[in-house]
Amino acid sequence: MSRLDECFKSLQLSHQKALIPFITAGDPNADFTLSCMHQMVDAGASMIELGVPFSDPMADGEVIQQASERALANGMSLKGVIDIVKSFRKTNQKTPVILMGYLNPIEFMGYEVFSKAASEAGVDGVLTVDIPPEESADLIEAYARYDIAPIFLLSPTSNESRIKKVSAVAKGYIYYVSLKGVTGAGHLELEHVEQKIRQIKQLTSLPIAVGFGVKNADIAAKIAKIGDGVVVGSALINCITDYVGDERQGQQAISDLLNDMRNAMDSAIQ
Amino acid sequence: MPTSKTKQAKVTDYNLPDERGHFGPYGGLFVAETLMESIEELKEAYAKYIQDPNFLAELDADLHDYVGRPSPIYHAERLSHETGGAQIYLKREDLNHTGAHKINNTIGQALLAKRMGKTRIIAETGAGQHGVATATVAARLGLECVVYMGAEDIQRQSPNVYRMKLLGAKVVAVTSGSQTLKDALNEALRDWVTNIDNTYYIIGTVAGPHPYPAMVRDFQTIIGRESREQMINKTGRLPDAIVACVGGGSNAIGLFYPFIEDESVSIYGVEAAGLGIETGHHSAPLCAGKPGVLHGNRTYLMADVNGEIIETNSVSAGLDYPGVGPEHSWLKDIGRAEYVSIKDDEALEAFHRLTRVEGIIPALESSHAVAYAVKLAKTMSPDQSVLVNLSGRGDKDIFTIAKLEGIEL
Repeated sequence: MSRLDECFKSLQLSHQKALIPFITAGDPNADFTLSCMHQMVDAGASMIELGVPFSDPMADGEVIQQASERALANGMSLKGVIDIVKSFRKTNQKTPVILMGYLNPIEFMGYEVFSKAASEAGVDGVLTVDIPPEESADLIEAYARYDIAPIFLLSPTSNESRIKKVSAVAKGYIYYVSLKGVTGAGHLELEHVEQKIRQIKQLTSLPIAVGFGVKNADIAAKIAKIGDGVVVGSALINCITDYVGDERQGQQAISDLLNDMRNAMDSAIQ
Repeated sequence: MPTSKTKQAKVTDYNLPDERGHFGPYGGLFVAETLMESIEELKEAYAKYIQDPNFLAELDADLHDYVGRPSPIYHAERLSHETGGAQIYLKREDLNHTGAHKINNTIGQALLAKRMGKTRIIAETGAGQHGVATATVAARLGLECVVYMGAEDIQRQSPNVYRMKLLGAKVVAVTSGSQTLKDALNEALRDWVTNIDNTYYIIGTVAGPHPYPAMVRDFQTIIGRESREQMINKTGRLPDAIVACVGGGSNAIGLFYPFIEDESVSIYGVEAAGLGIETGHHSAPLCAGKPGVLHGNRTYLMADVNGEIIETNSVSAGLDYPGVGPEHSWLKDIGRAEYVSIKDDEALEAFHRLTRVEGIIPALESSHAVAYAVKLAKTMSPDQSVLVNLSGRGDKDIFTIAKLEGIEL
C-alpha cells in the first residue's frame, strides 16, 4: 500500500482527518523549508504539500505568488524541490509528501526524468494545477511506472461528468477547491462545500481534501466535519512574511497555527 | 538577408485544430479545473454562433459599418522602387477603427459575450491596442470593462491607458512578475476564475486555452480572405510572399490562414529580435525558444533550463511576449511558414522609411514586418510581389520613438 493510502487509512482508524499544510519550497530558502517540514509533522500535519515555485502561477493569489517569487529569486527549482524531499526522507519515511505546481517545469525536465527522480527522492503524489485529465495521459503513464499518485482538483463548477472524468484517473486523494477564486481568496461557504462534497462522494471512493480559503482553526474544524482532509497554505505563508528575517519566529507561528488546527479538527469530530 | 531559400512545405486539406484544440503536439487545453466549466461553455457557444446566420450577419455589418472594412491594399510604389526588387503591397489594417487589426477579434468576441448573457468583459493588454479595442466594443455594447496591464507597460503606453479610461474601462496595473503582458494575462485569468458567473474574458491573441487560438484566428482571417481577393483583383494573381509580424501572432495567422494551401505563396512570420537573438534580449520564441506549456496551451516559449518563463525584450510592447500562438508552432515544425526575426534598430529604420517614403506611420510591431519585407523584396524580381500586413498605425508609438531619439515632445 502506498504511503498516501496508508496515511488516510490510519487516520480513519484513529478517527482523525488529514491536516495538510502547504508551503512553497525555497521560501525563503531550502534549509528553512526542510526544517519547517519536520516541525509541521510534529505540530500535527498528516502529510505535506510542497509548492514548486513557478514564474507564472496563474491559479494563485498574491500570497503564494510572492512566495514563488521569493523562492525563485533565491534559486529554487524543480530539481531543488526534489532534493529537499530527499533530505526530508533521511529521517522521515512515514509522512506523505505531495508536490504542487505548474506543468512547464515538468515539461522542461521531461516526464520520465521527473517521475523517476521524484519517486526516488520519496515524493508520493504530484498535483499539477494546469493539466486537466484530458491532457494527462502521458504524464499519468509516467507516474504509474514510478508509483506516483496523480492528484487532481475539483471545483464548485465541476459538474457530474467532470467529477467522473477526474475520479477515473486520480489517485491518493482529490483536492476540492472550496471557492470560486484563487488560493487564499475571500471566504468559503460551508453549505456549498458540504453539498458539493456529498455529490463527489457519490461518484468516487477517494478521500477528499478541501483547500483554498482555509484561514484559521475554526474553518479547519468545520471543514474536518465534511471532508477527509484540510489543506492550509496562504495562512501559513503569511506566518513566514509576518516574521521576515526571523525564521525561528516564523516557524513557531506556523507550528502554533497547525497545532490549533489539529486540536480544533480533532475535537470537532470526536 | 532572408535566412533561407528552402522551399516551404506543400500543405493540403488543412483542417486544424482537432476537436480538443490540438495543432499537432501544440495547443490543447491546459488550465486549472476551476476554469474548465467556463471554457466548455465558451466552446459550445462559439461552435453554435459561428454557424448562426444572424450572428454572422451582425458581425459582417459591424465590420463594415463600425470598423470600416474592407481595409484596402495599397501598392507602395516608391518603397518598392527604392528597394529595387519585388513590388511591395500593404494590407492597411492600420486604417481600421481604433487603428489596428485587434478590433476584428474584439467585435466578434463581444458579440459572443452578449449572446452568452455576460455583463462584464475583461482583457489583458501589452501595448494597449487590444485594451483599447476591447474598451471600445464594451462601450458600444454597454458592458462593464476591466483591462489588466503590466505596470511597466502602463508607463510605456500612457496614451492608450488614457484612451481606455475615456472609453469607460477600468485599467488595473499588474505589479506581479515582470509587470508586462504575460503577467497581465495571469491576472486576467485570476479575475476570470473569481468572477466566472458574469464575466467574459476577451483574449487578444491566438494563444490561451482551446478554443481561443482557433476562435481568435477565425475572427482575424477576414484579413487574409480580403487580401486574397484584393490581390487577385489588383495584380491578377496571388502574391509570391506574405509577411506579418508575430508576437502572439493574431494578425499573422489572420493573414496566413487563407493562404496555407496555396503552394505558390511563401509565408514569413517576423519575430522581434530585440537587441539581437545572440544577446538573449529578444522576444523570439519560434526562432530561439523551445516547446513548453504556458497560458493554457503547448507552444514554443522563452524559458530558462528549469522551465521558468524569462523576460522578453523588444522596443515594441505588442511583440513583448514569451509565448506564441500554437498554430504558428505547428506551421514552423511542418515547414509551411518560415519564422525570422528583426532587431529593434532595423524595425526603427523601417518605421522612418515607410513614414518618409510613403506617408504612412506604421506601428512599431508592423515595422518589423516592413523591415523584413524590404529585405525579402530585394532578393526577388520586379515582376513578383510581397504582401505585408500593416497591422497597426504608429501614432501610439511616437512618444517611444521621440524618447529613443532624445526628443522631448
